[in-house]
Amino acid sequence: MQHYTMNLTLKVWKQKNCKTKGAFETYKVSNISSEMSFLEMFDVLNEQLVAEGKEPIAFDHDCREGICGMCSMYIDGRPHGPWHQTTTCQLHMRQYKDGDTIVVEPWRSNSFPVIKDLVVDRTSFDRIIAAGGYISVNTGNAVDANCLPIEKDKADESFAAASCIGCGACVAACPNTSAMLFVSAKVSHLALLPQGDPERKVRASNMVNQMDKEGFGSCTNIGACEAECPKGISLENIARLNREYIGSVFG
Amino acid sequence: MALNSKIPSGPIDSKWTTYKSTCKLVNPANKRQIEVIVVGTGLAGASAAASLGEMGYKVKAFCFQDSPRRAHSIAAQGGINAAKNYQNDGDSTYRLFYDTIKGGDYRAREGNVHRLAEVSANIIDQCVAQGVPFAREYGGLLSNRSFGGTQVQRTFYAAGQTGQQLLIGAYQGLERQISLGNVTMYSRHEMLDIVKIDGKARGIIARNLVTGELERHFGHAVLLCTGGYGNVFYLSTNAMGSNVTAAWKAHRQGAYFGNPCFTQIHPTCIPVSGDHQSKLTLMSESLRNDGRIWVPKAKGDNRKPTDIKEEERDYYLERRYPAFGNLVPRDVASRAAKERCDAGYGVGSSKMAVYLDFASAIERYGKVEAHKEGLQNADKATIYNFGKNVVKEKYGNLFEMYEKITGENPYEVPMRIYPAVHYTMGGLWVDYELMTTVPNLYALGEANFSDHGANRLGASALMQGLADGYFVIPYTLGNNLADDIRTKSIPTDHPAFVAAEKVVNDRIQKMMNIKGKESVESFHKRLGKIMWDKCGMGRNEKGLKEAIEEIKALRKEFWSNVRIPGEVNEYNPELDKAGRVADFLELGELMCIDALQRKESCGGHFREESQTDEGEALRDDENFMYVAAWEFKADSQYELHKEVLEYEVVHPSARSYK
Ligand SMILES: Cc1cc2nc3c(=O)[nH]c(=O)nc-3n(C[C@H](O)[C@H](O)[C@H](O)COP(=O)(O)OP(=O)(O)OC[C@H]3O[C@@H](n4cnc5c(N)ncnc54)[C@H](O)[C@@H]3O)c2cc1C
Ligand code: SF4
Ligand code: FES
Repeated sequence: MQHYTMNLTLKVWKQKNCKTKGAFETYKVSNISSEMSFLEMFDVLNEQLVAEGKEPIAFDHDCREGICGMCSMYIDGRPHGPWHQTTTCQLHMRQYKDGDTIVVEPWRSNSFPVIKDLVVDRTSFDRIIAAGGYISVNTGNAVDANCLPIEKDKADESFAAASCIGCGACVAACPNTSAMLFVSAKVSHLALLPQGDPERKVRASNMVNQMDKEGFGSCTNIGACEAECPKGISLENIARLNREYIGSVFG
Repeated sequence: MALNSKIPSGPIDSKWTTYKSTCKLVNPANKRQIEVIVVGTGLAGASAAASLGEMGYKVKAFCFQDSPRRAHSIAAQGGINAAKNYQNDGDSTYRLFYDTIKGGDYRAREGNVHRLAEVSANIIDQCVAQGVPFAREYGGLLSNRSFGGTQVQRTFYAAGQTGQQLLIGAYQGLERQISLGNVTMYSRHEMLDIVKIDGKARGIIARNLVTGELERHFGHAVLLCTGGYGNVFYLSTNAMGSNVTAAWKAHRQGAYFGNPCFTQIHPTCIPVSGDHQSKLTLMSESLRNDGRIWVPKAKGDNRKPTDIKEEERDYYLERRYPAFGNLVPRDVASRAAKERCDAGYGVGSSKMAVYLDFASAIERYGKVEAHKEGLQNADKATIYNFGKNVVKEKYGNLFEMYEKITGENPYEVPMRIYPAVHYTMGGLWVDYELMTTVPNLYALGEANFSDHGANRLGASALMQGLADGYFVIPYTLGNNLADDIRTKSIPTDHPAFVAAEKVVNDRIQKMMNIKGKESVESFHKRLGKIMWDKCGMGRNEKGLKEAIEEIKALRKEFWSNVRIPGEVNEYNPELDKAGRVADFLELGELMCIDALQRKESCGGHFREESQTDEGEALRDDENFMYVAAWEFKADSQYELHKEVLEYEVVHPSARSYK
């Protein structure tokens, strides 16, 4: 692989806090290596800003391995940027070429208020889980793990839904800012397992109610969430949630 | 103070049972009056907070990320050990205990490790009941894989995302307790000091990272579940935010620090690609089953790896360790890679990397597959395609991750890998009950020093974190708090809280007022380089002494020249980072002091002066069979206390790989 360096223009959303209005600011960065990750490019920019006596850009990140779900940049109109099934932290600069302009914004949703610059508050997701996204079992009450055989296909399907990283890209991608993909991933993870069966109806209805309370929009089957989800969470989960939910309301 | 590890008496396999059936209990009505602070929501913290909440304690939990689900535990890949013996391959509690003691190079406590092995099986039951979707066989039962340092298959896993699935399980349990009102969650909060009243830990000072405000929180007891400190090296496989601050503040308040120099360096990580590098990514140990490690025989050979002929390659592990070849233990593989690169044989643009090559595995598997298909004289391309498919099935997701990061296709060109800091066995010294030397202050998970001795076996950190949180602390905390039921909640206008908050605030103001020229990041990088060069894979007296002086000088420079932009009372990640780096600058010195006093080599700690003629690590049981527990006296002044290790069951012997 041929490595190269590039000069870029960045238009980045700056916003002091949730009470003030934000605006785009333009920055130039030079000598960016094609081997850097997108966030390392931001590190370079921030070091440059600190050296100039300016304030660096605030952004969320932690694992930088695509698994913690903390990074959350809306890059050129797409949550997590242009690479398929890839989080912002795993996007690398070889995607870009010298002279490119890149526009970076925070997740946009009333249910994810901006804390500063590119950092948003996603605690609404935690409250949705607290409303029912669990199996009610206390520590120490469990029976032997192999007492409960589970079909491999079911277990695999449950695992696929459980691999959601709670990043919120699905909400940022959705014109209605719906959280259905996130909620359905959790409902599916648990409903596909026999352990999750006893609470499946009440779980679905409690989680959906909380989602509504948090002000997320409703799902109109656009499918942008699935297209932008970094973990490939499938729309089939939403169909399953709808069945569970209807079951809970009319069942 | 004399160290008392409080290991119960009696035979090894009944210590824990006896403890559980005789420890003191707190009745349900009293539990409701008792407040517990849990700092950290990784596997250790989330499991502890959820379990204590279920039991009826009033719990407050803290994490610095935006959600408890994002703790660094989420990134663990490979799996979790448990002595279930589901594979009927001779596993048992004793065997897991023995493997862990031996893997730790005889520097861990027998009593603790046996308890860990005993509760390991309950962990799997608990996780399955919560809905953790572990990998399964077609028959519907749980699947296992094998890991380094063992001869049985006892590792449970969920693809390459075991940590994620376990943490989500614990997090859901925690959210349930939050919804029931038993736990209050404080995310985007950072604990900056503990508050002691009459010698006991009774609360913390935390900073709300969104507003910058300092808060006082009371607790009858404080549990630190704040993870490891590998980021003292700047580059590591840890998440960017992982830090030592909570443990370090506790240390300064009287909690001894156990074996601070014990660090695990993992041989197979994606190498540094330039000065911009911010973290390192692990490539699972399992790859060494099929990959061959080599460097060019000629120094500074810049040709493409595929242009370098077989006879021009040095398969140095196979050359140096003919018996184990590419499967030597982690520390040996790491040191050997460093030796080649330091000698000028490294590859890639930075020259600090070696090749991990799958070409011969692809060919070998390809031939077997072709043979199965009845193709006796298959051409090269056919064999390659067959072989590639086999390798893809085994390691596809890792190859994909490698390609995303490097832009290179590892099926066609060998991977470039290099060792990286991965885990810290050292941590706060705790007794059998997980209590530090500060009464009512506990440490769980990677934050304590307890179970892994001088080297941790793969898949054992997740096991320890959940053992501590689900199955140990619920008993040991009650045994202590049973004596505390008459202690009323202490209002946070108590002078001790006021004083502690002032100390924290003064330090923040002092840092902000330096208004120097150099960024926090730059200081962190410079510290990391000293640590890596002089307290990394190989350590010697001269280097360690230099490092101590260099760190002191760097710390002085930090406190006179760091530049922190922004304000105190706002969301200010540069300020958060500055506080963490300031603590790393103190810890680094103590790690070097510890490495200096331990003149033997053991596990991940390699003192170059203590090696065999063949360059292998040489342990000195006569003089060093102890835990080094350091007491903080004043800046740069630490007193060593030794907890002598007694082996009643296992007899220490030399680890040999030849
Ligand atoms: C890439 C990678 C792969 C791994 N794979 C495996 C594996 O396959 N098997 C295995 O057994 N082990 C593995 N490990 C090791 C294992 O993941 C960790 O040792 C373990 O998860 C640590 O858990 P913990 O609960 O102790 O801490 P962590 O998960 O690190 O959690 C720390 C918590 O403390 C909080 N915190 C820290 N400081 C403060 C503060 N001052 N104030 C407030 N909150 C604070 C954080 O917010 C976080 O919630 C791996 C490690 C890495 C880096
Ligand atoms: S469903 Fe996908 S996009 Fe939505 S939170 Fe989960 S991982 Fe992120
Ligand atoms: S930083 Fe963890 S997913 Fe991107």
